Amino acid sequence: MSLAALFVQLLNGLAGASTLFLIAAGLSLIFGVTRIVNFAHGSLFMLGSYIAYSLITRIGGTGLGYWAAVLLAAVCVATIGALIEILLLRRIYRAPELFQLLATFALTLIVQDVVLQLWGSENLVGPRAPGLKSAIFVFGRALPTYDLALILIGPLVLGLLWLLLTRTRWGVLIRAATQDRDMVAALGVNQAVLFTSVFALGAGLAGLGGALNLPREPANLGEDITAIGDAFVVVVVGGMGSIPGAFLAALLIAEIKALCIALGQVSFLGFAISFPQFTLVAEFVVMAIVLVLRPWGLLGKPQGSVRSIGQIEAPIVPAGRMLQMIGAAVLAALLVLPLVAGGESYSTVLAIDILVGVLFAVSLHFIMGPGGMHSFGHAAYFGLGAYGAALLFKDAGMPMELALVAAPIVGCLGALIFGWFCVRLSGVYLAMLTLAFAQIVWSIVFQWDELTGGSNGIIGVWPSPWLATKAAYFYLTLTLCVAGILLVRRILFAPFGYAMRAVRDSALRADAIGIGAVRVQWTGFVIAGAICGIAGGLFAFSKGSISPETISISRSVDGLVMVLLGGIGTLVGPIVGSVTFLILQDSVARQTEYWRALLGLVIIFLVLVFPQGIAGTIQSWSKRAWKPA
Amino acid sequence: MRITKIIVSFACAAAFAAGAARAQDAIRIGEINSYKAQAAFLEPYRKGMELAIEEVNAAGGVNGKKLDVITRDDNANPGDAVRAAEELVSREKVSFIAGGFLSNIGVALADFAKQKKMLYLASEPLTDKIVWQGGNRYTFRLRPSTYMQVSMLVPGAVQAKKKKWALVYPNYEYGQSAVATFKSQLQDKQGEVEFVSDQATPLGKIDAGPVAQAIADANPDAIFVVLFGADLAKFVREGETRGLFKDRFVVGLLTGEPEYLDPLKDEAPVGWWVTGYPWYAINTPEHKKFLDAYQAKYKDYPRLGSVVGYSTIMAAVAGLKKAGDLETEKLVAAFEGLEFGTPLGKVKFRPQDHQSTMGAYVGKTALKDGKGIMVDFHYVDGADVQPSDADIKKWRPQD
Amino acid sequence: MTPLLQVRDLTRSFGGVRAVDNVSFELARGELLALIGPNGAGKSTCFNMINGQLRPDSGEVRLDGENIVGRKPRDVWRLGVGRTFQIAATFHSMTVIENVQMALISHAKRTFHAWTAAAAHFRDEARDLLAQVGMDAHADRPSSILAYGDVKRVELAVALANKPKLLLMDEPTAGMAPRERNDLMALTKRLVTINDIGVLFTEHSMDVVFAFADRMIVLARGKLIAQGSGEAVRDDPKVREVYFGSGRTVARRVSA
Repeated sequence: MSLAALFVQLLNGLAGASTLFLIAAGLSLIFGVTRIVNFAHGSLFMLGSYIAYSLITRIGGTGLGYWAAVLLAAVCVATIGALIEILLLRRIYRAPELFQLLATFALTLIVQDVVLQLWGSENLVGPRAPGLKSAIFVFGRALPTYDLALILIGPLVLGLLWLLLTRTRWGVLIRAATQDRDMVAALGVNQAVLFTSVFALGAGLAGLGGALNLPREPANLGEDITAIGDAFVVVVVGGMGSIPGAFLAALLIAEIKALCIALGQVSFLGFAISFPQFTLVAEFVVMAIVLVLRPWGLLGKPQGSVRSIGQIEAPIVPAGRMLQMIGAAVLAALLVLPLVAGGESYSTVLAIDILVGVLFAVSLHFIMGPGGMHSFGHAAYFGLGAYGAALLFKDAGMPMELALVAAPIVGCLGALIFGWFCVRLSGVYLAMLTLAFAQIVWSIVFQWDELTGGSNGIIGVWPSPWLATKAAYFYLTLTLCVAGILLVRRILFAPFGYAMRAVRDSALRADAIGIGAVRVQWTGFVIAGAICGIAGGLFAFSKGSISPETISISRSVDGLVMVLLGGIGTLVGPIVGSVTFLILQDSVARQTEYWRALLGLVIIFLVLVFPQGIAGTIQSWSKRAWKPA
Repeated sequence: MRITKIIVSFACAAAFAAGAARAQDAIRIGEINSYKAQAAFLEPYRKGMELAIEEVNAAGGVNGKKLDVITRDDNANPGDAVRAAEELVSREKVSFIAGGFLSNIGVALADFAKQKKMLYLASEPLTDKIVWQGGNRYTFRLRPSTYMQVSMLVPGAVQAKKKKWALVYPNYEYGQSAVATFKSQLQDKQGEVEFVSDQATPLGKIDAGPVAQAIADANPDAIFVVLFGADLAKFVREGETRGLFKDRFVVGLLTGEPEYLDPLKDEAPVGWWVTGYPWYAINTPEHKKFLDAYQAKYKDYPRLGSVVGYSTIMAAVAGLKKAGDLETEKLVAAFEGLEFGTPLGKVKFRPQDHQSTMGAYVGKTALKDGKGIMVDFHYVDGADVQPSDADIKKWRPQD
Repeated sequence: MTPLLQVRDLTRSFGGVRAVDNVSFELARGELLALIGPNGAGKSTCFNMINGQLRPDSGEVRLDGENIVGRKPRDVWRLGVGRTFQIAATFHSMTVIENVQMALISHAKRTFHAWTAAAAHFRDEARDLLAQVGMDAHADRPSSILAYGDVKRVELAVALANKPKLLLMDEPTAGMAPRERNDLMALTKRLVTINDIGVLFTEHSMDVVFAFADRMIVLARGKLIAQGSGEAVRDDPKVREVYFGSGRTVARRVSA
């Protein structure tokens, strides 16, 4: 590769960096001030590009019309953002941490279907920007003029944001709120207006990013997922709340990708390395390295602890009579289910899936709730369990029963390695590092065709004959699921469970009474990984086949949704949440063409009615009912 | 607590409503697809399928019974697909299952069919493995496979006599196996050939600018493009702006299918050698009949997915008629070697690997009235682009 | 006999500013030593170096003659150093008695026990400790709903759980009413005497300091400028100059 080629590739990287920065800047703002993990940011980006498409095809013929359309699209999305904040998010600020994630997840489902309904399913290739349709030559290589424009627009937006944040009163308040929200509130600033304006600006930036991206990528229904992934990575690598950090991170990631593509196939010590393949996971590898070296991102600062938000968790008590009776009744009903509904009935099949989901959610809740470690990549241990069992069964010829026993060991080993790095971080940084590791595992499984079957996965993973009937497999799943839940419960009521909560409640106090946070959290992580591995192994043999989907982001997100829906503050929360979510998904998906929107609406409804999760809210209702007012 | 009650009753109602209200005296087929996740391809597919069902039932159904196709969305998730299949089998009592778009779902359903001893008619998945390494006696695949479509393009590529090739493909099994087949066949038939650039791009996330430039820097004579969807649109625009395609021969897998070509509008590439579906210029009577009926019903033109959806039902009906029974073993026996009509002509399920001989059109892309079309095309019969039976025997597990 | 705590030439800078500058002092068992000084004098930095949260640039901290510089807070605790914080830190998702049990469990190195219920561990011992600080009636209440003064008492019980030789109390009475202050300090003094514990505490309330401290040391701008009995310190001209001289700081604190 010549130097000239390298130089032009770096220019390409700059254009890519601007695009990434525009996706991420708004999220960084929202994140920094409101601490909302806004899952709908990608959807806002997507809306930006669709709205821009409609406007540009109508008024974008001239240069003036085109850029007016772009800005108008951003304004539209900002308005939508403000509405979301006022109508939905404002109602749940006092909910437990991360609960807003659930609401914004529901929004992504709704936006998907709304966009499909309004704009149709076909990709919409937008017109090119007037005056920026051609290319100029740099060292004999064509570089699109629109790329040059983007190279300028990125820093321009950065500069404008910088002025806004440092030279206006509003900006000063925003920066103060990023440091310490409570102080700003104490100073008598109207927090509601501040939050709405931040959310609108963040959404507007996402919309602007979508609109500006239109000449480079057709408006399509997959944009939301790609955008949200990129945005989170850039924000976290840059350091939450740091706009210049986001720019730096975008630059780093885009240039590394451009470089990999430019390098192509390289022979090194007799090995042929294909660098372009690395772009599949480049951003996540970058994120993992950055977070291991700099736990608060490139330009981030340690997060101020979030005070006075959410409810304080009540001390745990063994289940009351009422709950014990409900639990016994549910268990009894489950025991007779295959007899009543029929061994091969769909109810039995669905129950197996739900039980696997319950175990998955319970293991996630174990580290999220009592452990206080939010994992966005819990699918990694599910996938490791599933793949571990499947490979030992298929390739190593291990009996199915033994392979199933190995599943938690594989999950546990993964957690042992990844957990070692993760527990050194906290908050969203920890969450994103778990996600990075999950994506790295995913990409290895996805690409290693000879071992894992690549994207097609592994087939022929069926249980032994004595478990071949659905009824038998159901009883196996039920046994392991109940055993898993009881084990988790036992641990949570034992000194170790208390130690986990101690570290979460006050790391300072825990340290001052001889409890080492890192060791406790690491151990918790490993236990969760092992239990999650069992769920993965059960899943593999219940389906007969597995593919990289078992490790995908969407499975991790499903886990989060289940835990949050049930309520993070109670031990039955993950059980209630996963059962509700899976039954809803199963029934709603069959009902209607627009089932995603319906599912999203139901979740929003549940979020508003049960602001501490279903189990959490019912718990506080019943407490209120028993106490004299 | 009233709200909780409402939710509970809603959930219960939803769970049970689905099972009710199905015609008793009908032949039921279960159909599973990623309708929401892959809407751009599966909406036309669903329309084609519904058109066929309507026609079949208007003509008196199958073996004197109405045909009832029950569809399920798999949420692009193989685990959900298998569960949907379980549900269709146990609750809806379907006679066999069909569908599948994503390859991982296709192979998962195929393996499920084998385990359950239930026939599976895989309509859309492209992976070679579903009939070869992962094949089984219960699974039949309709659409021409990756291997077949690549093989259709190779003669034209050989004829162009280009020595230095660049490859750009999505980084997963479909892209990898397309490229592997292309490389080995080109080397076989042309002899001297050099692959100067190999760009495996993340699906749905191509960095089109750097990729286009990296290929240009390798200065190939020709490019083999396996991209589709948004990736293809991004790559075509960047490539055209940067003059990548100027004086270069380009071979595009699937690029001529309306699903991929039409969104490009007046920027559709010109002069690419592609497989596809030129619905506007196919003059066979069976296609004419299909086209007229489709346009009359939907006021829209068919995509390739429409043909596949329509043909899936045609295959199912032919198989059911031939078997005269709903028992799986009889159905499997009937499907082996089954001949049936499709809008693209008569095709057959090959007994040796259960792949249908449905072919595709191969031709050059051109622009007409601000839209990409295929010209100078010809139909390649799927039966003519198969590996040797000996190879298949080697790959395919014994049933 | 070696004193319980010996601090020698303790120094720590932040960005060129010497927050603590060559500070040395000693503390005997059974003694209440107050560490006073105006805001920013380096009291908290000093504290954090003694219990291992901060690493000094130079100097040493000896506990019973053993240098403990470089040890983590949890290891320092294992050597018998209890600590309370300026902003009381308890485990808010636990009941009062569970907070104390947690400390007892940790002291017995049973943190990683994962089978028998935590409630069964050291319940009686925890109740005893709570009785000592007068909180046994509140044993089963969630610690998150306690009045602030009660939280401080619980913290004291927690700090006593490992039978410490040395207690470090950072502003033990901050945020309390005058009456509560005296109660808490009287309680502390009693416990210290019974158990023969040395106490180092910082305090803003001069009433408390003069009423309860056996001895005091005065920090100003990182330097130790005086030490001795209340009388001696009060009359020390240096102290009068930097501290009492202006009069303002003390006056404000006392009336606060």
